Amino acid sequence: MKKFETFSGVAAPLDKADVDTDQIIPKQFLRRIERSGFGPFLFFDWRKDPGFVLNQPAYAGSRVLITGPNFGCGSSREHAAWSLEDAGYRAVIAPSFGDIFRNNSLKIGLLPVHLPAEQVRALLDLAQEQPGVEATVDLEAQRVTMGDLSYRFQIDAHSRHCLLEGLDEIAQTLRLEPEIAAYEERRPAWLPTIPA
Amino acid sequence: MAQTLIQKLWDRHLVRSTPGEPDLLYVDLHLVHEVTSPQAFESLRLAGRRVRRPELAIATVDHNNPTRGGVEAADEISRKQMATLAENCEWAGIRLYGLGSRQQGIVHVIGPEQGLTHPGMLIVCGDSHTSTHGAFGTLAFGIGSSEVEHVLATQTLLQQRTKDMAVNIEGELPPGVVAKDVALGIIARLGVAAGAGHSVEYRGSTVRGLSMEGRMTLCNLTIEWGARAGMVAPDETTFAFLEGRRHAPQGALWQAALEDWRTLASDEGAVFDSEVEIDARELEPYVTWGTNPGQSVPVSGRVPEPHGETDERALRYMALKAGTAIQDIALDRVFIGSCTNSRLEDLRAAAEVVRGRKVHGRVRALVVPGSTPVKLAAEAEGLDRVFAEAGFEWRDAGCSMCLGMNPDILQPGERCASTSNRNFEGRQGAGGRTHLVSPPMAAAAAIAGHLVDVREFGLVPA
Ligand code: SF4
Repeated sequence: MKKFETFSGVAAPLDKADVDTDQIIPKQFLRRIERSGFGPFLFFDWRKDPGFVLNQPAYAGSRVLITGPNFGCGSSREHAAWSLEDAGYRAVIAPSFGDIFRNNSLKIGLLPVHLPAEQVRALLDLAQEQPGVEATVDLEAQRVTMGDLSYRFQIDAHSRHCLLEGLDEIAQTLRLEPEIAAYEERRPAWLPTIPA
Repeated sequence: MAQTLIQKLWDRHLVRSTPGEPDLLYVDLHLVHEVTSPQAFESLRLAGRRVRRPELAIATVDHNNPTRGGVEAADEISRKQMATLAENCEWAGIRLYGLGSRQQGIVHVIGPEQGLTHPGMLIVCGDSHTSTHGAFGTLAFGIGSSEVEHVLATQTLLQQRTKDMAVNIEGELPPGVVAKDVALGIIARLGVAAGAGHSVEYRGSTVRGLSMEGRMTLCNLTIEWGARAGMVAPDETTFAFLEGRRHAPQGALWQAALEDWRTLASDEGAVFDSEVEIDARELEPYVTWGTNPGQSVPVSGRVPEPHGETDERALRYMALKAGTAIQDIALDRVFIGSCTNSRLEDLRAAAEVVRGRKVHGRVRALVVPGSTPVKLAAEAEGLDRVFAEAGFEWRDAGCSMCLGMNPDILQPGERCASTSNRNFEGRQGAGGRTHLVSPPMAAAAAIAGHLVDVREFGLVPA
């Protein structure tokens, strides 16, 4: 994973609640076996509507998505996080996220920013009133700034550390080999094993 | 200190717990399928890593396989994805129940069926409906592909502890009301995000009275209201289901396991972060009218007045008007299947409604068993003939029209009564409109040609 660095970019307002991962990346694109290249299919069905917010030129190249509660609910497909990342997004700001989507995003360096609903509302309004306005996301300081608005967000220390350092979690866990092996010694004998 | 079942299950899988960091949990069983695994294997290989415990994983093909015509009927990209899974399993030494295998089926159907899902385990899969396995008193949740890779490499997973919630369901279910309706009733009351950050234990006399199949349906739908895991404490029903299955413990080990499993209940006085009470006697058969599983009403009801933009958008997408009687909604398609409702008990319940009747002329109806063993068992009972004589198509096992990755999809504008779990926009095919219902309700709708109250079919007293 790349280190997460402070950045500024256009913020696009997707003013909807409960956006599920089927909308973010529809199933027909899940047959690919590659990890990259999902960006062009982001919000595939909604993009067919010329009025869809991400089709507006002012939001072209946006890097921050501001949206409603429960973003990324539904299917566990990490393809949803990949497609956002591949399309250039570095952060998604919402009052709440689907649990699995949030985990998936953190693993690939896409920052889920939780803010209270009123603050997300203010950001959405600003991004709609001033299309093309830029947001600055600073993970070190845990702060989002957009125009006159500036909010501090919470994130657990572990996730923040992993993102800032760009840590390879698997390498970290593999260092715990002795503890994993010790646990394996204690596992009950009746647990199933399936030889190939 | 008194512990909840959720805490007990969490604690018994702790490899390491350090303040300020997520817990490192040991995974007892890792279920693998073709859609969410290729990138994980690829990245594992690129890093020069191996699969730590291949014998604690099992793979199957379910999401994009055709349900008739075998591999040859699949398009090229799907074939490639299935072939990639086979190569990866071969490389890693993971057993694969591929197409053509007598054990193949939807990943959440085959685990319990093969006796791989026991009480007290930690089970993960790159699929959100992994919560299904919680029916056995096991901690089970869906993960993403990066986490799949972590499990392959280390057999462990880093997770933040979830909060625990009790859903207490008391009372006898009214006639015609089944586990699916209990779940839809819960989501209608609590909303689709109520469970975020939680694991849920379903408790109470109603839950104790459910079969294992019913409990699986209930736990399966836990993710539809945002919770990670749903579970039911194991009891005699659980043990009776498991005993003698292929991967269930035997002899002395069975006795030892039983002794352990009987300790898997929330202690007297254990405190949950939150509790919800549901009166089963108030439940009815439910039908979703919108584009998330929380947008439902009893079948006797009407499409409600929209509250806000989300509802308005849902009504537009579903081409429905507020005030329309649910039973006046005509259908084009009926789908009986998915990891929610495709087990033998579901097919029997649907066949009971269908027997001796004919599918309405306008409707194209499909039955897709959850696994090849379910299919064979249903055929041995003659259920396939009941469905076929009524005009249903009887297919091979897979996810099929639950998500429409294979050729079974809705055409734009088509309206479907479905026993699956998601009525999201386009879920069953771009522009398709989905109404979630129970298996008996889907069967009745296929006969009537519109949504209908199964209680009026003379099969269950109204
Ligand atoms: S049946 Fe549907 S919900 Fe279940 S695993 Fe398959 S696609 Fe997912």
